[in-house]
Amino acid sequence: MSKELPAALAQNPDLDRWLCFDEHETLTLRTGKVELGQGIKTALAMICAEELDLDLSRIRVQSGDTEVCPNEFMTAGSMSVEGSGSAIRQVSAEARHYLMRLAADLLNAPFDELVIENGHVRHPSTNRSTTYWELMAGRRFDLQASGEISPKSADTHQLVGTRVQRIDLYAKFTGQPVFIQDQNFPRMVHGRILRPPGYLHTLQSLAADTIRAMPGVLSVLVDGSFAGVVAETEMQVIAARNKMQALANWSRNGLLPKPEDIHDFLTSHVSVSLPVVDGMPVEEPVPAIIQTEAAAVRLAATYTKPFHMHGAIGPSAAVAEWREGKLKLWSHSQGPMVVRGAIAQVLKMRPEDIHVMHVENAGCYGHNGADDAALDACMLAQSVPDRPVLLKWSREDEHAWEPYGPAMVLKLQADLDGNGNITAWNHDTYSNTHMGRPIPFGSVSNFIAAWHKAEPMPKPEARPGMALHGGMHRNSDPYYTLPRKRIIKHLVQEAPIRTSSTRGLGAYGNVFAIESFMDELAHTAGLDPVEFRLQHLQDQRAIDVVKTSMDAALKARRRNRADAKANDKRAAYGHGMAFARYKNSKCYVAVCVDLMVNTETSEIKLIHAVIAADAGQVIDPDGLSNQLEGGFIQSASWTLKEQVNFDENGITSRDWETYPILTFPEIPTVDVILLDHPEEPSLGSGEATQGPTSAAIANAVFDATGLRLRDIPFTPDKLVSAALKSR
Amino acid sequence: MAIKLIFPEHQFAMTDAHAGGLKELKFVVNGKSRAIRIDPGTPLLYILRNELGLCSPRYGCGSEQCGACKVIVDGKMGFACTLTAEELDGCDIRTLEGLAVDGSLHVLQQAFLAENAAQCGYCASGIIMTAALLLEENQAPSRSEIQQALVGNLCRCGAHNRIIQAIQRAAQELSIE
Ligand code: FES
Ligand code: FES
Repeated sequence: MSKELPAALAQNPDLDRWLCFDEHETLTLRTGKVELGQGIKTALAMICAEELDLDLSRIRVQSGDTEVCPNEFMTAGSMSVEGSGSAIRQVSAEARHYLMRLAADLLNAPFDELVIENGHVRHPSTNRSTTYWELMAGRRFDLQASGEISPKSADTHQLVGTRVQRIDLYAKFTGQPVFIQDQNFPRMVHGRILRPPGYLHTLQSLAADTIRAMPGVLSVLVDGSFAGVVAETEMQVIAARNKMQALANWSRNGLLPKPEDIHDFLTSHVSVSLPVVDGMPVEEPVPAIIQTEAAAVRLAATYTKPFHMHGAIGPSAAVAEWREGKLKLWSHSQGPMVVRGAIAQVLKMRPEDIHVMHVENAGCYGHNGADDAALDACMLAQSVPDRPVLLKWSREDEHAWEPYGPAMVLKLQADLDGNGNITAWNHDTYSNTHMGRPIPFGSVSNFIAAWHKAEPMPKPEARPGMALHGGMHRNSDPYYTLPRKRIIKHLVQEAPIRTSSTRGLGAYGNVFAIESFMDELAHTAGLDPVEFRLQHLQDQRAIDVVKTSMDAALKARRRNRADAKANDKRAAYGHGMAFARYKNSKCYVAVCVDLMVNTETSEIKLIHAVIAADAGQVIDPDGLSNQLEGGFIQSASWTLKEQVNFDENGITSRDWETYPILTFPEIPTVDVILLDHPEEPSLGSGEATQGPTSAAIANAVFDATGLRLRDIPFTPDKLVSAALKSR
Repeated sequence: MAIKLIFPEHQFAMTDAHAGGLKELKFVVNGKSRAIRIDPGTPLLYILRNELGLCSPRYGCGSEQCGACKVIVDGKMGFACTLTAEELDGCDIRTLEGLAVDGSLHVLQQAFLAENAAQCGYCASGIIMTAALLLEENQAPSRSEIQQALVGNLCRCGAHNRIIQAIQRAAQELSIE
């Protein structure tokens, strides 16, 4: 009986889309998902190697090429192992079955007696053998996936679930050209763009002729407020761009709000407000706050987060070549197929005439400048036909123009009865959009360059995401069992600052609020915060991660505290825990944080963290730990240090000094504990630690100082003002 | 006359001389003598990447804030993004490409592979070079000494602890040898 095919496979059912046996006894595995540093190539190659009984070293992964790879839209939302992975498992199982049948015929041996070792098929009793490559002999499969073949059962896996060496790191540790900035083509030239000083500026004049006369300059492109330059060499293009910057005149229309007013702006501005039921927005009127008659405890609190940057270490870049009315584009976009359509729309081309190939850039997880740089490069390439243009953004371009993770306000209110049970729960999330990616939109666009052209395509009106745990409402519905809850999303459509998707979307802010509030409720009712959570959890897997993390954290604390100078009077130690299940349906994570607050400087120093996670079946345990820990550190950095600063003129966080992130000396030790469930499906986990980390830190600060921090980032001045208020 | 810049891509002064005036400069890169004619204001980063085809030093900020471009110059840590050609005349420069000897990887490279010590790996070149210098000066660095040595290297992916473990592993390997 045929099973339903995984969605990605149903959309791309040809085996040849996914698999190609190459000449040199290797296999090319194609996927629409792209490498962002998350190790997806390794995880997908492991799945393929497992099903086909191949060594990992025989697999080459080709990803994100719009002409040859399966269309899998976007690499986002921690969906790749679940989505592409299950398609690859099925397609590989079907390929193996087909090859076994060919081998059985060729070797004149019963199918069931064949053994496969690293692509070599053998019939032991006759000792006849062949290989996948002989069987395919350069042919195509010309087969469609049927769903009739079952992949191996998890308990027979040899490779999946074991620790392997990442397949892409050798090149990176030996200095090979792997990143987009390293691309080098014959006759390649260099491009730069000159963005306005701020969002509200328009270009008045540029002295383009002066720039054109500079050495090596091939083209100066000015289209409205879009300005760019192409020159033969990189030094020439930098010199030209710098001169452009010095000579350009801009005018400013209007002012940005004051940064200290941004949270009031969000809560007082017109918004599209929708109730969220079971993680899904519904088009119904917003109900009144729910309360119980005789609450033993009633508590309300407001939490806030600022705009956060993706802040990849390598600024965005792209290579584009314009030849005979067609474009070739090398880009680090998270959605090569999507960006192709969106660029086609701006340039009034057919999508088929743009060939996008994914090339890696530095990691950051989310919608950074990659797509904008891709369009910039295409526009510059059109001004110098037949010459590939390598366009690079500067650090300042990236810091000032990437779309930030939106500022958010989270208002919570709950009632408890006399037994410490939550009897009413209210959660209001206020934010600008978390979904500003440039998907093809008609006459509007989400590209900077499209806004700046002389004939601009304006920004689309932000629409409330209606998907399950889709945007700002991701994880706004707590995973706890609560009798009555009222959860509302308030999308503020007017956005003075450019925003889009950062890792975890709304989950970071929502879980920060929920898990801080759970602690506040427990303390107000005089209950233990962990017991209080367990009292409201029913899913055993959730309970297990919470308990596992607490046990491990306690052991580590005993160890660490023995080392710590316990009698240091300037140090206040504290620990905190937070839990969430990502999207209420993906990876379970509990994070425990042990930290120290310096009572003189009010600085928070993380000492140790424990992450306990249940991601169902684990494909690549080391890759999973890497993701969970990396997410923890990024989230800790957001929580302790990061905030995009601006004044009425524009963004003032324009480098790493004005937008500091966590540095090596500030990194705590981290233990990651994986609760493997080979019998369960793999659960997306790449964004699962973002939320719990922030609240675990807030709860630990409270434990250390008795001060509750509700406004991210937790800089020393926040602690000082919390202390003053508590007096 | 210096052109005044509002937000220069690089924090070095661009002079008019920059547009012309080539100069012959000699230095040693990864053990090989090199002579090139170049504008003396050119940052080392572009010489290595564009003139010499060595792309391990990477641009991250152009202003000594991220460490992606770090290389070893005359036995000291150098930021390739701000060191200019004329400051380098006669210098000895080492990049990640020169770390492996006769095709066998440096103990740090092996340790980084064994620990899967990266996510995207964009930060790796500058970090491995910083660690190489650290291990030359201190064969048994503590965790906090490693953290201090890397204070100028940013990593956005959060691979820090793996990187620290890889450096500790390399130090151990060296002590056994
Ligand atoms: S590029 Fe040199 S330190 Fe950032
Ligand atoms: S591994 Fe991506 S920046 Fe360090």
